[in-house]
Amino acid sequence: MFPNYQGFGNDLLQGALVTMQLALASGLGGIAIGLLLCAGKLSGSTVPRFLCFGIANIFRGLPELLVILLTYFGVQVLLNEYSGSSFSINPFAAGVISLSLIAGAYASEVFRAAYNAVPNGQIEAAVAYGMSSARTFISISGPQMLKIGLPSLGNLWLLLLKDTSLVAVISLNELMRNAQIATATTKEPFLFYGTVAMIYIMISILTTGIINQYGKGDVT
Amino acid sequence: MISGILVSFSELLDSYGMQFISGFYVTLKLLTVTVIFGFLLAVPLGLALTSRHRLVKWAARTYSMAFRGSPVFVQLFLIYYGLPALLIKYYGSIVPMQESVWWPLISSSFALASLAFILNLAAYMAEDIRGGLQSVPNTEREAAIAYGMHPLTIARNILLPSALRRAMPALFNQVIISLKATVLVSTIAMQDLMGVGSKAFSQTFDITIYLFLAVIYLAMVFGLSHIFRAIEKYAGISNKIGGKL
Repeated sequence: MFPNYQGFGNDLLQGALVTMQLALASGLGGIAIGLLLCAGKLSGSTVPRFLCFGIANIFRGLPELLVILLTYFGVQVLLNEYSGSSFSINPFAAGVISLSLIAGAYASEVFRAAYNAVPNGQIEAAVAYGMSSARTFISISGPQMLKIGLPSLGNLWLLLLKDTSLVAVISLNELMRNAQIATATTKEPFLFYGTVAMIYIMISILTTGIINQYGKGDVT
Repeated sequence: MISGILVSFSELLDSYGMQFISGFYVTLKLLTVTVIFGFLLAVPLGLALTSRHRLVKWAARTYSMAFRGSPVFVQLFLIYYGLPALLIKYYGSIVPMQESVWWPLISSSFALASLAFILNLAAYMAEDIRGGLQSVPNTEREAAIAYGMHPLTIARNILLPSALRRAMPALFNQVIISLKATVLVSTIAMQDLMGVGSKAFSQTFDITIYLFLAVIYLAMVFGLSHIFRAIEKYAGISNKIGGKL
């Protein structure tokens, strides 16, 4: 009944763990970059606004695989040229950087829409109370932005989770890569890729459940 | 720095120009086949998602969950490597498989890759069509039923025209996502635009190749989205005229 994974079952589980770490780290990075880009997009001066819209559009328009390869090999080539010795950068770090940039580009749009949905009167009231802009963000606009943007952020999380599989191409031993290794030995592609697909689906369902549960509670 | 990059771009075109053109052709062919068949599959799937028959709805939902819940990269490998392996197991050896109806599909890497993208795109498009269908006022369906129309006639003449118009921006968006997904065939050694670039990169380790590809893909994505926006504008206008009539 239970399929025979020929000793690769553990590798798949370990890969799933790396996938989760990668997705979580990139998710946090994506939120940080998304907020930064959003701040730039909402900025009153033209240069940062133009720059942030440009960056966000570029990373939303580029194929994800290309961003990963550009980051991985680009940083490597740059480091080699400046240091003169041959460097190889950590694929996990390259994965987190590229996925954070992609997720951040998408998240900046979510945050911008969420910020615009927060009633302006509240921000004005905070200014009238003498709150600093950081204080206003932490206590007034930030929590509401999170609440309003949560459904869209949940969708982005699922996109991000699935995009982590692409980091297999720079040989990080996450879920997909471990399935490729297992397939090379066992010649059972349908079993392993099918199982991996199921694991992604299960992680998706589980994490969506957690996000929805959180969304039910009132932030304010 | 920019002029330096432009010089290396023109050098790239000198040595790899023809290959890039043939790669571009493969990318375009892959996208066209995927979009046409993906859409054709998405329409019945979208209808099934709004079906009142519980079994039909459940089957469509399961399909949608499977293909939207897992990465398209995994689906590509599952179909490209998994399907032939599964069929070989079923037929015992390669000779009876060559005589089976599956052979035209599994002997062509283009067909297998397109199949993966078609199945994936159909799942996403079906959800958009479902959204469009649900926004059609129920009174229109009821009126059609009162006229004694056949369910298929209702779907074709009443529901789908307005549902598809409403879903159009979302469907166009899926086409762009599909374009970005086609680069994955480079990982199964197909020579699309990305595949040509990756091969050239593995020979030269020249990072400008990927920069060049980035420019090309951005131009394709923004070009397509401009065309789509123009179509939407056009359709929006005709929509209003249709509303007045």
